[in-house]
Amino acid sequence: MFSFCSDPETLGTVRWFACYLTTGKHMSLYWSVLTVLSLLAITAPAALAFGFFGAMSARSHVLPLRWLGKAYIAVVRGVPDIAFFLFFVIALDQAFEWTRHQILCPDWTDPIRQGNDFIVCDAAKLPLSSAAQWVHEVYGFFLAVLTFAIVFGAFAANVLFGAMRAVPRGQLETAEAYGMTRRQTFWRVLVPQMWLYALPGLSNLWMILIKATPLLFLLGVEDIVYWAREMGASANRRFTDYPHGDWRIWYFLALLVFYLSFTRVSEIVLERINRRLLHGQATVGGGSR
Amino acid sequence: MSCWQTVQDYGLRSIGIGERLLPKTDFTLCQHFTLIGSGLIWNIYFGVLALIIGFFIASAVAVGKNAQNRAIRKASEWFIFVFRGSPLFIQFFFAYFLFLKLKQLGYATFLTSAQAGALIVLILNTAAYSGEIFYGALRAVPRGDVEAADAYGFSGWPRFRRIMWPTMLRLGWPAYTNEAIFLFHATTLVFFSGFPTWKQQGDALYYASYFADKTFNPFVPYPILAFYFIILTLTIVWIFGRINKRLNRHLPEERRKKLRIRPNLIR
Amino acid sequence: MKKLILTTAALALAAGMATAADTVRMGTEGAYPPWNFINDDGKVDGFERELGDELCKRAELTCEWVTNDWDSIIPNLVSGNYDTIIAGMSITDERDEVIDFTQAYTPPDPSSYLANAADVDVTGGVIAAQSATIQAAFIAEQGWTLVEFPTPEETVAAVRNGEADAVLADQAYLAPFAEEDGLFILEREEMIGGGVGLGVRESDGELKAKFDAAIQSMKDDGSLNALITKWEVASTW
Repeated sequence: MFSFCSDPETLGTVRWFACYLTTGKHMSLYWSVLTVLSLLAITAPAALAFGFFGAMSARSHVLPLRWLGKAYIAVVRGVPDIAFFLFFVIALDQAFEWTRHQILCPDWTDPIRQGNDFIVCDAAKLPLSSAAQWVHEVYGFFLAVLTFAIVFGAFAANVLFGAMRAVPRGQLETAEAYGMTRRQTFWRVLVPQMWLYALPGLSNLWMILIKATPLLFLLGVEDIVYWAREMGASANRRFTDYPHGDWRIWYFLALLVFYLSFTRVSEIVLERINRRLLHGQATVGGGSR
Repeated sequence: MSCWQTVQDYGLRSIGIGERLLPKTDFTLCQHFTLIGSGLIWNIYFGVLALIIGFFIASAVAVGKNAQNRAIRKASEWFIFVFRGSPLFIQFFFAYFLFLKLKQLGYATFLTSAQAGALIVLILNTAAYSGEIFYGALRAVPRGDVEAADAYGFSGWPRFRRIMWPTMLRLGWPAYTNEAIFLFHATTLVFFSGFPTWKQQGDALYYASYFADKTFNPFVPYPILAFYFIILTLTIVWIFGRINKRLNRHLPEERRKKLRIRPNLIR
Repeated sequence: MKKLILTTAALALAAGMATAADTVRMGTEGAYPPWNFINDDGKVDGFERELGDELCKRAELTCEWVTNDWDSIIPNLVSGNYDTIIAGMSITDERDEVIDFTQAYTPPDPSSYLANAADVDVTGGVIAAQSATIQAAFIAEQGWTLVEFPTPEETVAAVRNGEADAVLADQAYLAPFAEEDGLFILEREEMIGGGVGLGVRESDGELKAKFDAAIQSMKDDGSLNALITKWEVASTW
């Protein structure tokens, strides 16, 4: 990075750290912060969408659809997220490739499962094996987002389901009395009002989502905890120009500060949104609290 | 080997009773179910103890955050902020590090074992989350209830114990149920990050990953783990539902219903 | 007999398809110096990086490096997320049932103990090992007290701070710690595990053959031994 970094052993403390903290490896750490932030930014709306459809189908009048929605909420909420992360990515990847295989290679006669191997035709591979490295990385990132969205979508569905039921019945009855169809009542009355009831639950979910990111490395995304572990580990002079002892405590301290400030900022922002939503509402929270 | 034999050999393996060596070849479904179920003993141990002890600390923290005294209020707020604001993963790491240092100085040497050390982290963690839930519930206790208590001559501890605390529990219970579910899920992190496993006596996730590592097939052990946890979650929901009914038994029927449809605050 | 021929034909076809792809993706862990690690520039480096690049050159393949968590490194190979495992993986019977190995590129080497003092008696002691390694399985079998940690770094830390009497691991991994931290490699060694080879999918016969030939040519001209000596990973052939 800096011109004086060519021979780290001769440097004083300040310059040594200036060089140490700007190695390619540390750049990967800083990049991973961006990775985590963008993953959160994409996952949150995706999980909300999953949650919305989950909640919608859980209160559907079509019986199988209702079962499906309720089963989705109950099963995913009942299982520790870590158990999902440990096998879900491979399962999703295989499911996609299997589907593409059925569509793209109808003439293929070999079995897809040969012993332990999972083999699809070349055209069905995701990403294609000729694809550049960044395509593979983007695909891995996409799978991680999808896994997070599925898992946290179930929690969001639970919150939204509760929120939809919390909208006072009188509101819906009035809408019906005005001759609105079920669909109209849902979109024009229920959905706009439910956010108020859903916000506390969704805020909590956002906090949990932030704190689940240390598990990202299970999904094959090199996140901040992965790099902090990797760089905090004692480094021998045979393998690096910057040998040091076991520094994991310092790296984890930095992570702690990062997470605490991130959750604090989120808390403040969410509190503001909540206050705005409550403004003018005749509920307990709008009054003396 | 019959399945019953496997259960006898490995049913209590996670607490050191039965066969010493884990199965190494020709894994059967029965072995999967038995060993992962055996590991579940530790998840239940961590979850139940942390929940019970954490409950009392949480009540204290909630009252502390609501206190007039600035020092007590600030201390409670910081406690909640630090434990709610950081990933459990990182808390385990720091706790293990700290307990090791204590051990080297010759104090509390038992804390480096997961059974004691990780339990303390889980207790403090759930106390912070539940404390926040109870604090919210405490603020929502109807003013009228408190004023009525004053009128009847209640004050200080009896007023809190007899009037405010039960109402707080009643209001916070749905959210607290969710916290209990999360806590049991969080127990899988104990051996996964931070604390070491002694003599291959681990929790359900430890044995699930043992099988995944030996068979190279993640599609069998992890769904079994998921299956156990769904049952565990259903049990928790059932028990907490019973308690909820008891907490609400004095209310007229239609108000009870109303309570159940409160939006669930999770964590 | 007919069935046998048919399967072979199918295998050959599948293998042909697999290598029709223009790049071979090399899966490694990146956390096991000197075998493979991430260097200061954030790139995969180490003995296996140099070896892999040389093998690809000799086999006339274009190779790309990917890192993957150790625990799921085999499931991801059979699922087709990369084409080889080159991560200091010992050839064992259990692994061989699920994937195929090329011929070994380092000879079988004993595992060593690292301890706080040179005269520690490991028999019946508390021994640390990384979870899910052949070393962990070995200690459990001996009936000694096994302490498992998720990462190799933590096992060494456990010895440093007195949680364990010794740690059992590959000698090449432990040696750098013995030089610097005042820790000692014990004289006692355990002969567990076979040589280290490249892992490939069982259906990928052609790729295996290419790498086998490349390894053989490196063995024959002595360049493999030179690499082993340079990185001090194992004994030479």
